Amino acid sequence: MGESIVRDNEYVREVAQKQYAYGFTTEVETDIIDKGLNEDVVRLISQKKGEPEWLLEFRLKAYRHWLTMTEPAWAHLRMPKIDYQSISYYADPTARKKGDEKKEIDPELMKTFDKLGIPLEERLALSGMAVDAVMDSVSVKTTFREKLSEKGIIFCSISEAVREYPDLVRRYLGSVVNYRDNYFAALNSAVFSDGSFVYIPKGVRCPMELSTYFRINARETGQFERTLIVADDDAYVSYLEGCTAPMRDENQLHAAIVEIVVMDRAEVKYSTVQNWYPGDSEGKGGVLNLVTKRGLLKGENSRLSWTQVETGSAITWKYPSCVLMGDGSQAEFYSVAVTNNFQQADTGTKMIHLGKNTKSTIISKGISAGRSENSYRGLVKVGKQADNARNYTSCDSLLLGSTCGAHTFPYMDVQNPTAVVEHEATTSKISEDQLFYCRQRGIPTEDAVGLIVNGYAKDVINKLPMEFAVEAQKLLGVSLEGTVG
Amino acid sequence: MNALREKAYVDFQRQGFPTRKVEEYRYTDMEEVFAPDYGVNLQRVQFPVNPHDIFKCSVPNLSTSLYFMVNDLFHNSVMPKTQLPEGVVVGSLCQQALEHPELLQPYYGRLAKTEADSVTALNTMLAQDGLFIYIPKNVVVDKTIQVVNILRSDVDLMANRRVLIVLEQGAQAKVLFCDHAMDERSFLATQVCEVFVGENAHLELYDLEATHLQSRRVTNTYVRQQSYSTLNMCTITMHNGLTRNTLEVDLAGQYAETHVNGCVVADKQQHVDNNTLIRHSVPNCQSNELYKYVLDDSSVGAFAGKVLVVADAQKTVSNEVNANLCASPDARMYTQPMLEIYADDVKCSHGSTVGQLNEQALFYMRQRGISEAEARLLLKFAFVGEVIDSIKLETLRDRLHYLMEKRFRGELSHCEGCKVHN
Repeated sequence: MGESIVRDNEYVREVAQKQYAYGFTTEVETDIIDKGLNEDVVRLISQKKGEPEWLLEFRLKAYRHWLTMTEPAWAHLRMPKIDYQSISYYADPTARKKGDEKKEIDPELMKTFDKLGIPLEERLALSGMAVDAVMDSVSVKTTFREKLSEKGIIFCSISEAVREYPDLVRRYLGSVVNYRDNYFAALNSAVFSDGSFVYIPKGVRCPMELSTYFRINARETGQFERTLIVADDDAYVSYLEGCTAPMRDENQLHAAIVEIVVMDRAEVKYSTVQNWYPGDSEGKGGVLNLVTKRGLLKGENSRLSWTQVETGSAITWKYPSCVLMGDGSQAEFYSVAVTNNFQQADTGTKMIHLGKNTKSTIISKGISAGRSENSYRGLVKVGKQADNARNYTSCDSLLLGSTCGAHTFPYMDVQNPTAVVEHEATTSKISEDQLFYCRQRGIPTEDAVGLIVNGYAKDVINKLPMEFAVEAQKLLGVSLEGTVG
Repeated sequence: MNALREKAYVDFQRQGFPTRKVEEYRYTDMEEVFAPDYGVNLQRVQFPVNPHDIFKCSVPNLSTSLYFMVNDLFHNSVMPKTQLPEGVVVGSLCQQALEHPELLQPYYGRLAKTEADSVTALNTMLAQDGLFIYIPKNVVVDKTIQVVNILRSDVDLMANRRVLIVLEQGAQAKVLFCDHAMDERSFLATQVCEVFVGENAHLELYDLEATHLQSRRVTNTYVRQQSYSTLNMCTITMHNGLTRNTLEVDLAGQYAETHVNGCVVADKQQHVDNNTLIRHSVPNCQSNELYKYVLDDSSVGAFAGKVLVVADAQKTVSNEVNANLCASPDARMYTQPMLEIYADDVKCSHGSTVGQLNEQALFYMRQRGISEAEARLLLKFAFVGEVIDSIKLETLRDRLHYLMEKRFRGELSHCEGCKVHN
């Protein structure tokens, strides 16, 4: 008996070890600034990126405000103490020795992204997708830029955008997520490094999926990316985000901000497959994913949908939100969050209805296994002027094992009598009947569980673009390996 | 009682009044509640009052064993002889503590932890009297025990009541609380109520509040249920100023069952905040929760209900529903149904809605010649009807249906027939 448990544990450990396929590191000369955070560091980052004066001011204001704030403690998370002075805030893997001014990308970096399945050579890439690849603090390459610019679409790293389109960036940066918004937003506003900038002009449908791939590589650094997407009147864009990190013993910090502005009748789809390193089976290491994502539906009849598949990170603290300001705007939030081993996730959304006839839908599926904690936390707020606002929320939790936890903390705040707000939630384990049915037909338990879980998450995965959906489905299977038996 | 006071004082000093920053109190500003300068009746001045002169309960055919609490004092003067089965105690907490310390001691202050909640700490520190109900083993009390809480004073007053209800193994009882305020004064009543439901015991607990706009009520109720016990509870707020009810039910024995229901009808500037926690500490328990709010004018409603299933509390079945009607642009509803689950073999669900009356149902009735006002009334009435139907006391249920209807018609500003308000 005892022996078999030991064997089982070994098996689980084996699986746990093989399950994170992206845990390698890249040996590349990286320019890392000294650890620590103070005003000089903020100035140094700004200087390294050759930023204009107003942006430095913006950073310094955010930094000074950050100093006055304290870390939020309301989430259902056991957060390790983060020492903000022991992290390096800027790491540039593309930096070469001086004089080496060739435009070419280090072949090591090319290889890294190839390994991750993100080809940076345009001829090799799937024609349907343009990629902005970000490693540590710097955007390595953005593909298909020329092709997109024919249509007037701007897709580049945010540092380039600051240089080339300062008016646009200045107008929208911080307009959705103010640096005063929360602790991590202030930190990000002070030290943000790279990220993507997307601008879709009036009446343009973006012909391909835009995508950003984030990778943390260097040791003891944090990634503070900043993404800004603006969809002008009648524009449409579908945007994907993927992320991985090497396996490290210590926690790595990832504090990002994503801002989306949607104008009249425009539509933005934002999909994330988050696969940061979740830590090992003992709960050691892993990425602390502390992200502020918010979309402003500024125009009338604008639409925004967030789809996320959260499988990685030791700690996920993430609430992609929508402010439904324009009359008739519609927002959607689809989420699958999987936690295993010692992972903790506190994720959900905020739907803030301000305009008339606005509509929002929230579908959240939580799956917890191992010793993990998985919480849904959401706010639906209907303002006084938001006549005929409509919200439907459904969040389900699936428990695989008796040592994990699944929680729901929905908040509803309704100030308008014409609003209809509905919320329902269920928590249960995998149905014995379904499992039995599969077993009866010769499907091993582990596969059966995978099958049932995939079926359970289908509502959300169906919302993902095709390539991502396949990826997400595989990820779900891998994340849950070793949880049954 | 006094031993606990000191500890309560220390705990209260440490915690202070809860602010809106405290998650459990985010919808009610307690500092504001406690801010006015209330008198506390420390001298135990007897208020000259004869409850029987002023009180005639309007629930017809409800023959009850009637008791009065005036402010925080148990009124034990002339009482018609009420026949209670032998061994049953209903009386002043203070007096019983002197006469039967052995009955009280194992229970008093055991559930209401002063370190966990500052209102409990404050009450424990200041409470001087209250009510004690004790039902011995296997005794069935058929007659409903009705306790009428009357707030009466010539100056603004703060009353701190303490209630302890103990049902021993196999006991059965029905308890009805009615809260009334008499004088047009500002009142603040705090109440800490501890309820022990023994093995295989059955308790029905009804709490009806019909006070006035100047009264504030803060109650903390703690229940512990042993195996095979059932609790059927219903909290109804019809008239009030500001009410904050905290309810914690601990299912400590297997196969215990609890039904917690509540209904709130609020208009003007009424503020009602219900905060509930049902803790499934052992496997195989069942809990049901249903709260309904109808909000009009600029009233504020808040509901936060948490169901906590601890690790290994398998086979838990829990259902929680909160439905709300907002009838005016200024009414505001906050709702927060929460699940915190650490066991895997459970079936838990919660649902919550905020909305208006069903347009189709309204249209259907209008089509059949029912005036719009009447149709709306009927729908509202049916809406709260679900909660009232959960009351098992037939006469009380019928009466509440009647009272609710009148309440919605706006004809009723208090419990009719009961002269407390005249």
